[in-house]
Amino acid sequence: MSDNKIYMQAEEIEGLINEMALALKSRLETNRITAPVMIGIHTGGVWLAEKLHHKLALKESLGTLDISFYRDDFTRIGMNPEVKPSHIPFPVDGKHIILVDDVLQTGRTIRAAMNEIFDYGRPASIMLVTLVERSGRELPIQPSVVGVRPPLKLDETITLTGPEPLGLVIGKSKKHARSNETD
Amino acid sequence: MSDQNIQLNEDGRLKHFLTIDGLNKTLLTEILDTAESFTGVSERTVKKVPLLRGKVICNLFFENSTRTRTTFEVAAKRLSADVLNLNINTSATAKGETLLDTLRNLEAMHVDMFVVRHADSGAAHFIANHSAPHVSVINAGDGRHSHPTQAMLDMFTIRRHKGEFTGLRVAIVGDIMHSRVARSQILALNLLGTSEVRVIAPRTLLPAHVRTMGVHVYHDLMEGIKDVDVIIMLRLQKERMRGALLPSEHEYFQLFGLTQARLAAAKPDAIVMHPGPINRGVEIDSVVADGPQSVILQQVSFGIAVRMAIMSMTMGAQAQGGAR
Repeated sequence: MSDNKIYMQAEEIEGLINEMALALKSRLETNRITAPVMIGIHTGGVWLAEKLHHKLALKESLGTLDISFYRDDFTRIGMNPEVKPSHIPFPVDGKHIILVDDVLQTGRTIRAAMNEIFDYGRPASIMLVTLVERSGRELPIQPSVVGVRPPLKLDETITLTGPEPLGLVIGKSKKHARSNETD
Repeated sequence: MSDQNIQLNEDGRLKHFLTIDGLNKTLLTEILDTAESFTGVSERTVKKVPLLRGKVICNLFFENSTRTRTTFEVAAKRLSADVLNLNINTSATAKGETLLDTLRNLEAMHVDMFVVRHADSGAAHFIANHSAPHVSVINAGDGRHSHPTQAMLDMFTIRRHKGEFTGLRVAIVGDIMHSRVARSQILALNLLGTSEVRVIAPRTLLPAHVRTMGVHVYHDLMEGIKDVDVIIMLRLQKERMRGALLPSEHEYFQLFGLTQARLAAAKPDAIVMHPGPINRGVEIDSVVADGPQSVILQQVSFGIAVRMAIMSMTMGAQAQGGAR
């Protein structure tokens, strides 16, 4: 824990989120999407999604996903003891979905999230928004809107802390540790 | 190492689920919280999560119970596991030996989990002790001993309706003596911090040691359910009844059957529960069983989510053991 250092604090993150909201708006206009819905991934993705949802003034309530039941490493690390309910308050069929997460690293969380979304129905499209995009991709997944791309070493982790105030913290990764935040 | 500790792996995670005895509040709460997340799965287009894909779960039922077996089967299938159902006649000779032979054969088919129902107390423990290390065992009812998944789905139902357990008065009514459900419920209610657990039964249907389990004993139904928040009715276990413990079902209903008039003695928002199958007109009046305070069918639905939670937690603990 002593290795942790603060990378970014609340005000600066707030600025990033404002820029992300603008980028997202123009992206939606370009793609002619008029009534998108938003889903945040537990836990950090939900914090971020709540802010973006508010800034974009979306009509449908925010959906939340806990991808614990869809993880590909269940047989290796077992059940997440702090699993939260997924809650999608709208029909997914035919919807344009904005999927929001805090950190994109391997892409495995996003794969799991997309698998879960498809068990609710068949969306028209999914676009990915993440606060942080970092190195370490293991799957062909790429975000449409990104807040920041910090240069990190492979053994470094970056974690969103919150919900109030938000902060981005860089630490050292532990082997075999549960990596919910950094996937 | 006590017998109960075989339920936990070296990290204190649930590896088998055999009895409430020896578990703690944190673990029970974790089961309830995990089950909460599984309730949503039943309401989706695809009523399945891929968590136990490729696992083989064997329902090993030495005692008939269509309902319990079905809910375990549905739970396993919603977790994407493959399910084998085996109903085994216990009347075979040399039970111990045939049981082990059965186990070895099933293990050779690469079964990952046994769900065991048996008329003898301790059967699930026996199987857990003799299974391969990567196999998890869940007790689906053993003799008069315990029925922990039923107790947990009851706890889940109570928490859904009443929130916290502290401050609650819960009455368990009926055949406590022959009820593995009651035993597990009492343990779970006390671990979760229930203010007062009451048992209400005729003297002949109460085990001698019941007071040592931390309950208040009543022999009068009206007195016992006064001001309670939750009433759990037990089934009069006719098939377990040996000797003349009761004069007649009719007389039992006169004294201990829950009717609408008697229910008025409990709190106005009291819920009525029953593990099923119900004997209408024996321990409970149809008007109450089908009435607005009855949550009996919700118990069945919640039972699936609770069993999904227990199955995935025990399988997950197996995974953890291997990774560290």
